[in-house]
Amino acid sequence: MVIKLENQDIDSRLLPLLDAVNDPEIPVLSVVQMGVVRSAHFVAENQALIKITPTYSGCPAMDTMAVDIKNALQNAGIQANVELVLSPAWSTDWITPQARQKLEEYGIAPPLSAEADKAVLLGQAKIVACPQCKSKNTRLISQFGSTACKALFRCDDCLEPFDYFKCLK
Amino acid sequence: MSKELIQYICTVADNNLILGQRLGELCGHGPNIETDIALTNIGLDLFGQVRSYFQYAAKLEGGNSSEDTFAFLRKENEYKNVLLVEQPNTDFAYTIVRQFLYDVYHIRFMENLQKSSDETLAAIAAKGVKEVAYHARFSADWVRRLGDGTEESHRRAQQALDDLYTYTDELFHQNESELSLVNAGIAVNTAQFKSDYYQTIHAVFAEATLTVPDQKYFLKGGKKGIHSEHMGYILTEMQYMQRTYPNMQW
Ligand SMILES: [Zn+2]
Repeated sequence: MVIKLENQDIDSRLLPLLDAVNDPEIPVLSVVQMGVVRSAHFVAENQALIKITPTYSGCPAMDTMAVDIKNALQNAGIQANVELVLSPAWSTDWITPQARQKLEEYGIAPPLSAEADKAVLLGQAKIVACPQCKSKNTRLISQFGSTACKALFRCDDCLEPFDYFKCLK
Repeated sequence: MSKELIQYICTVADNNLILGQRLGELCGHGPNIETDIALTNIGLDLFGQVRSYFQYAAKLEGGNSSEDTFAFLRKENEYKNVLLVEQPNTDFAYTIVRQFLYDVYHIRFMENLQKSSDETLAAIAAKGVKEVAYHARFSADWVRRLGDGTEESHRRAQQALDDLYTYTDELFHQNESELSLVNAGIAVNTAQFKSDYYQTIHAVFAEATLTVPDQKYFLKGGKKGIHSEHMGYILTEMQYMQRTYPNMQW
């Protein structure tokens, strides 16, 4: 089943096509589930305008996502224009509960609240659960991880390193 | 108005562009893998913001201009970044102190730019301010660690502060054209957070057991396009591809 967010304005005919396009950095989530697609409409027969918003300003995956979206729609006989919009700024709040669960299963700890994030990143609180063994005996190794949106953690119980999706809102 | 606005966008974006270029030099050269990744990630955020600024400037200018012509095809005196951001990496302490002196300014700047009457600038700031908050946390954390660390890290952090403090005042210089944009509600009035800026950095330096130099004279020039000897080298490397293969695209 296709799940979209409340604040996404997507034509129901385009939704399944867009939901099949995955985030290249986090391939378990689609560009719809990430909240990257803001709106999608037909402007003419077989012509669509898709508006996407970056997770981070410098996210190098944005160009790839735009191309992937164009290709996916092209394969369905639809010519797509992809436009980048900055406002409203993307927020980790837009990641759905289902998507958060998928993130965790994939091995990325989902974002907490902004306040919790600060406490965690300053080493004041142990509330990020290890996606492998669920232990909260974890610590921050680096505020910046493999991509701009993640921080690097280590679990002190199972000793595995893991990514934490930083809170952004 | 449009010409002044393009100028203003350049003064704002060039700080990010040149600092980002400096941070990019550290790719593969950071003191350890975590700081290496952190510094280049910060550079990436800055470049992301630069792209939005220059795409906007190119739209205002029209014609054949693009984000690339703004980034790569201007002459040295057309870059309006402050002298602080073009200072060399020197060592990790320099890199961190330079970053910290800029981040504390940058976060306040972006908080205010969010309220700009120019919708595009406000949107870029609303997006970027969240990223800059992470930068400021990272650099402040390291200022404390280096200053209040070993004898050697303290010595180097103090040296960096002694050398770089003189560039801080320029962050707050605003020429007449910029002030007219302030009055129009477009540009940020940096004077309103200047004392907060100095209070904040002084408090962190105190925690870091570093002594703020007794500065009477501050160096400036970059915002007017008068750069230090380092700038030519930065541009030579940064512009190489576009100068050698004009209009090339990735
Ligand atoms: Zn674990």
